[in-house]
This record gives sequence, C-alpha cells and structure tokens, in this order.
Amino acid sequence: MDNHYSIYICGVGGQGIIKTSTIIGEAAMNQGLDVVMSEIHGMSQRGGSVSTELKIGGYNSSIIPNKGADMLLAFEPIETIRGLDKVNSETKIVYNTHPIVPSSADKPYPSVDNITKTLKENFKHVLPINGTELAVEAGSVLALNMVLLGAVTADDKFPLTKESVIEAMKNNLKPKFHEMNLKAIESGYNSIKG
Amino acid sequence: MNLKELVTGAAGEKQFLLGNEAAVRGVIEAGVSIAATYPGTPSSEIGNVLSVLAKEANIYFEFSTNEKVAMEVAATAAASGLRSFTFMKHVGMNVAADSFMTTAYSGVNGGMVILSADDPSLFSSQNEQDTRNYARLANVPILEPSNCQEVKDMVKYAFDLSEQFNLPVIVRTTTRVSHMRGVVEFGDVRDNSSNNDNHWKRGHFKKDPSKYVPVPAFAGDMHVRLWDKIHKLEEVTNKSEYNKEIDFSADKKYGLIASSSAYNYAHDVVKFNELDINILKLGFSYPFPQELVGEFLADLDEVFIVEEVDPIIERDVLATLGAKKLNVNVHGKLDGTFPLYHEFNSDIVSDGLNKVLNFKEDESVAYSTSLEKLQEDIPNRAPVLCAGCPHRAMYYGINKAIDELGLKLDDVVFASDIGCYTLGINPPYNCADYLLSMGSSVGDGCGFSVSTDQKVASFIGDSTFFHSGISPLINAVHNKHNFVLTVLDNRITAMTGGQPNPGIPVDGMGDEAPEVSIRKLAAACGCDYVRVINPFNLEQVVKTYKEAFERDDTAVIVSKAPCTLIKGLTKKPPVKFIESNCNNCDKCVSELACPAISKINGKITIDKSQCDGCNVCIQVCKYGALEAGR
Repeated sequence: MDNHYSIYICGVGGQGIIKTSTIIGEAAMNQGLDVVMSEIHGMSQRGGSVSTELKIGGYNSSIIPNKGADMLLAFEPIETIRGLDKVNSETKIVYNTHPIVPSSADKPYPSVDNITKTLKENFKHVLPINGTELAVEAGSVLALNMVLLGAVTADDKFPLTKESVIEAMKNNLKPKFHEMNLKAIESGYNSIKG
Repeated sequence: MNLKELVTGAAGEKQFLLGNEAAVRGVIEAGVSIAATYPGTPSSEIGNVLSVLAKEANIYFEFSTNEKVAMEVAATAAASGLRSFTFMKHVGMNVAADSFMTTAYSGVNGGMVILSADDPSLFSSQNEQDTRNYARLANVPILEPSNCQEVKDMVKYAFDLSEQFNLPVIVRTTTRVSHMRGVVEFGDVRDNSSNNDNHWKRGHFKKDPSKYVPVPAFAGDMHVRLWDKIHKLEEVTNKSEYNKEIDFSADKKYGLIASSSAYNYAHDVVKFNELDINILKLGFSYPFPQELVGEFLADLDEVFIVEEVDPIIERDVLATLGAKKLNVNVHGKLDGTFPLYHEFNSDIVSDGLNKVLNFKEDESVAYSTSLEKLQEDIPNRAPVLCAGCPHRAMYYGINKAIDELGLKLDDVVFASDIGCYTLGINPPYNCADYLLSMGSSVGDGCGFSVSTDQKVASFIGDSTFFHSGISPLINAVHNKHNFVLTVLDNRITAMTGGQPNPGIPVDGMGDEAPEVSIRKLAAACGCDYVRVINPFNLEQVVKTYKEAFERDDTAVIVSKAPCTLIKGLTKKPPVKFIESNCNNCDKCVSELACPAISKINGKITIDKSQCDGCNVCIQVCKYGALEAGR
C-alpha cells in the first residue's frame, strides 16, 4: 500500500478549499501518481460547509470511506468535528483554530479550547494551528489555504514533495501572489515540523 | 491549469481535470460546431468553460432560454450535418423531453450528443430521477462514464456512434463523475475549421420530410426504423470495449455488475478487501447487452447489482435470467441489499456485500462522552443568502408589508421557484411554501388563486422567468387569476455560478446582445400592474407590496438589483455600529438574518469582510445604531 494517501479537506465556502485540493492533485499527477478528487458545487456553496476528498494511489472512487483518511485538514474548528467520520486512530488531524460562526447557527458556538482538548483525549495526532494568524503574517487572510497546504506537506507520510506542491501552486495562482503564498506555505510547514 | 489547454493541448498530454472540463475536451476532440445548454448543477461548469473557449474551439455556443430550446438548437444543427452537443442537469431532460423524444424518431445527420447529469443525494436538485429511464423511454443509446478519462473518451465516442446509427446518443453522468477530478490523457482533435465568415462551420439542411416531419403518415415508419437501429446497436453493446469484465477471482461463484460512479465504489471495495468477486462494468448500458450479461451470469451462483438511483440494470438482469433460463441469486436494490435512494459510497457498497459475504470485522470505536456531546452540539452551517443579497431585502420587505396589512403568515401562500431565492424557505423569511419545478411558481399562483381564499405571492428569478415563466403569466392574465408575482431580477443566473440570461446585454460567448425587458414582457402579457422596484429601498418595497396585495388581478413586481457575486461591481463601505444607540432589540439579527451581522458576547458585531454596504440593516434599525460607512 505504498503511496496510498487520502486527505479529507473541509471548511466553509470561500476559504479556497477547492483550489488547495486541485493544487495537491495536480502535484500528484506531476509526480506520476494516480489521483482522484471529489468536490461539491452549487447550492452547497452559499456559505455552507464545503468539503473535498483526495485519494492518491490506485483508487477508482474519489470518496474516502469512513475512517479511511490519512489526514483530516480542516479550515475551521467545528468543521473538524463534522469531518471526524473519516478519521481513524492513525489519522493526522490538522485544523485552523480560527472560528467562523455560522449565521444560520441553531446552537451556540463551542469553545475552541474545548474542541482541542476533546480531540486530544480521543486521537493520537491532533495538530491545531492558528492558520488565519499565520496567513495574515504572510500578507493576507486569503493565504490561509496556502498555510494549510504547507501544513499537509509537513506530514512524513504525505507522498508528495514540498517542491512539487509549490510548483503546482505556481501553475494555479497568479504570479503576483507567489511570494506571499510561498511565505504562507513555509509557515504552515514549519508550524507542523517545528 | 490554464483552461486554454483544453483547446490547444496535444494528443498524449495529461491534465488534472474536473469531469465537466473533461467533457469539454471530449467535445473539442470530436470537432463539435454547435453547443447549447441551460445551466444546471451538476452540469453547469461545462457551459462556463465552453462560453470562454467557444471562439477558439470553432464552436457556436449559447445559453438557451431553457433546455427544450437547447435541445432544438442541437437537433437542427445535427439535421444540418454539423456535430452538435447539448447538456443539462437531469431535470432539464424533463423540459427538453418533448423535442428529445422526436429526435429519436427523426434521427440526425451530423452527430448529436446529449449529456445529462444526474444528482443522486440531491446536492442541488429537487429530485433524484435517473436519466437512464429516458434512454429506454425514447429508445436511444446511453453511455455511463465513471471517471474523468471516460467522460472525455465517451463523449468523443458518442459522436461517432451517433453518426454511425443516425441517432442522438445520451451520456449520463452523476454528480460524483461531473465533479470528480482526475488525470485525463488527451486524444486527437477532429478538424472543425470554419468554412465562412463566422468562427464556426455552417452545414446545409437537406430537405427530407419523410425523415424530419413526424406527421402520422411518416412517424409510423420512423418508429419501425428506430427499432431496427436499436436491434443493430445490441450487437455493438454486446461487444463494446466499455462493457468489460474485471476479474478478481478464478472462482466463478460470485459476480457483480455495476455502472457509473457506483462501479468505482464496488471496484475499490472488492480490490482492497480482496474479495473473490468478478466485476462486469457496464459503460454502454442501453440497448442492454443481454448476450454479454447472459454469458457473465451463466456460471455464477450469486450476482450483485451495484447501480445508483433506479434498479434499471437489476431489472434487465432479472429479465436476462428469465430469457436465458438461468438460476442465479440477484442481490441489488429490489431485495434490499442496497438502498433504493441516495448516492452510494464504499461503505454502503461494502455493507451490502457484507450481508451476503460476511467479511467485515466490527470496526466500531468508542469515543469519549465529551466528544459525542461535542458532535451533537455543533451548530449547523446551512447555505444562506449572501450578505448584500437583494433577495433578503425583498423578503424582509414583503414580510413587513404583510404585517402592516394586518395579515398573518398563514393568510398568504408563497409559491417559490428554482434558484438562490428558494433559500427564502428559511426563517426568518418563511417565504417558500410550495415548489414543483422551473417556472412553476407562476402556474402555482394561478392554481392557488382559484383554489383558496388565501392571498398568493409567487417568486421567480429573472433567468427562471425567461426559462418557463412567461406562458403561465399569459395564462394568469387571460384566466383572470389574482396573485402577486415577484420577478427577482438580479441580473444573472446566480445559483449555477453566474451565467448570462436574456435580461442582460451579453450572450453566452461574451458578445453584445439585445437585452429583453422583463417589465415590457409582463406588460405585453397583459398585466395592468407592473412595478420595477429597488429592493434595497425598504420603504418602496413595503409600499409596493401593500398596493399589489390589495389588487384583484395578476400584479407583477420586478425586484431589480444585481447579485452581489457579480464580478466588477463597486462595493460600498461596510456599515458602522454605534453601540451607544443600540437598544438590544436584536431586529437586525433576528428579522434580517444577514450573515455579516451577529451578536457576539452580547454585542452586535459587523463582519467587515462580508458586509457589502447594502444598508438595508440601517433601515431596519429604529434606534440609529447602524450607520452607513464612509
């Protein structure tokens, strides 16, 4: 099962989730790996929860089975909780700690500290990062997806090189943002590695 | 990837493409000259990409007013000897069906392909209907790709097939195929160079009424010819490379037949669990390849049928077993092995197989009670109308007008329609009580107005009004129906990602086009009361609705303001909150429900990154606690 790797990416519409996933997919293709990805468009995008699924290595289906993800990458704290069906005891759980309170909320937003504490009680690899803050430091809150992209590449089991991910980023995003995005990728990478 | 690669990419090149982008490459490789659609998720991106690439790809492309028109544009192009492509979401086939059924009789001349995208699990649809029924209803061939490479290859192949058999061909995708991304290797591009001053090739229509005019004298023969073609096509499907066996077992006890995305799940479950099951993948599924399936079934004891939406292959398999006098146990939707509704995934498929094979181990994991509680307690994040959306302002205003007229919510029936504004179903607006289909709000208004003593308010978007709202409006006027029709004219087809429509002066290829006036159309239909209002002016909204509800004819209100997602609009500065004036009445939060306004730690907070400066909240606040930004 070498080079098998599944990432479930989730967050809120508008956070750059589809773009991030496409960059990883393109990098995988450029490294000669089999890759399939699933994304949702349409009604689900009006400020609702958004998720993509990426599977590298010999899969036909682009949907990750329950407990089948090697990584859960969440752009928002409560979306991490919503993505837990895909998680097993070995899954790396990387998430941005900055909340986006839903305007359609039917219940109060839980405390992020409690989310982290509860996740750590139940899972081995819980890696919270303040991605929004790192993105602002890199130049813009819009670079959040690049911070989290950097964080993915820091996982030892992730089958792609940071270089090929950066190459795919450059192929997909405007040159005037490359410098900021590189900074964001590095800071996301270091926040996990460091 | 740069989208232009879809036109310029050479054979052998590989790209990481969305299924819908792969369909466009298939269309380009096939040398299509005419393409038409009405946008509908999950097929919408095909049109978005074609509208950008049409000129470079020598394709005439239009966003037609509805799917039936798109079908007719494609059918006549094919009759004129050109290759033509039309595509739509599954329910679009219902709109197009009347003309589609006849294209099967008359046939084509140039190749004609219809891509219909099904939406199992209804990610953005009103039903889960299965396009494969249309192939059987009309008697035309259908291909079912299961990944992006197959989407590209099958679209291209469908054109050859269409020309060979003189029939339109359907390519059926599902959401998970249209919105899958995967590696696609490009093939050769067939020349479709223009032969005239336009950027696309012109054909010539060779008259032949016995082929193209289905009057009773001719149509009977057409039906005979159609069956003749279908019988010949059975020989093709029985040998098609798209219907192939994938063997995971030397033992011939268990078999599995699957198509489309359901095949992907079945494949992965069998492969990664090392199950002794051989799979027959049906990519070219109608006419049903009965000989091939019969051979596959012959040695089996048990067969699983894994297909999404209706049990169509399953019924054909049961018929095959009868015809071939075979005795094989069939496990599919009909015996409860797999669900009859909603999309599948690997877990559903493995659970179904497990009912017979018992291979799964108990994988349940107990989490801490605090995690279980957290999972139960996380707030919903449902789709909402955007900050600055003109629909919110209109819904707020109509609720206020109803209140000021002394009516209760139950005194007014809201007939809604298909678009972003269907989100008006949610509280606090509660403005969607009944919905059938595209354009139905107007006909529903007619029906409710004669069936009840309640007031009736119908809502329809600009694009949906052009799609199928006009003929029911004529009905309303002529039959003296009494309701208030609101056309929510947000200057775009918003829900599907922002396509143009006849109300704006741009066509599907980005060229200037005549703008069709909704106000004039309503007047021309015979409506005496037609008002165009600015939804962001609450006083005007409330006054107009109060006036319209007092009338006894069909009143039309055009609520006109651009969708906040239209690119290039100048945004106004965000609203300012003056805390000292706030009376904590919470009206801005509870009655307007704008995603840019929330109450955090007891204090109203404006999310500046979301606020669009529409300033409706300022008009809602009685205490001057909200102020226009500068």
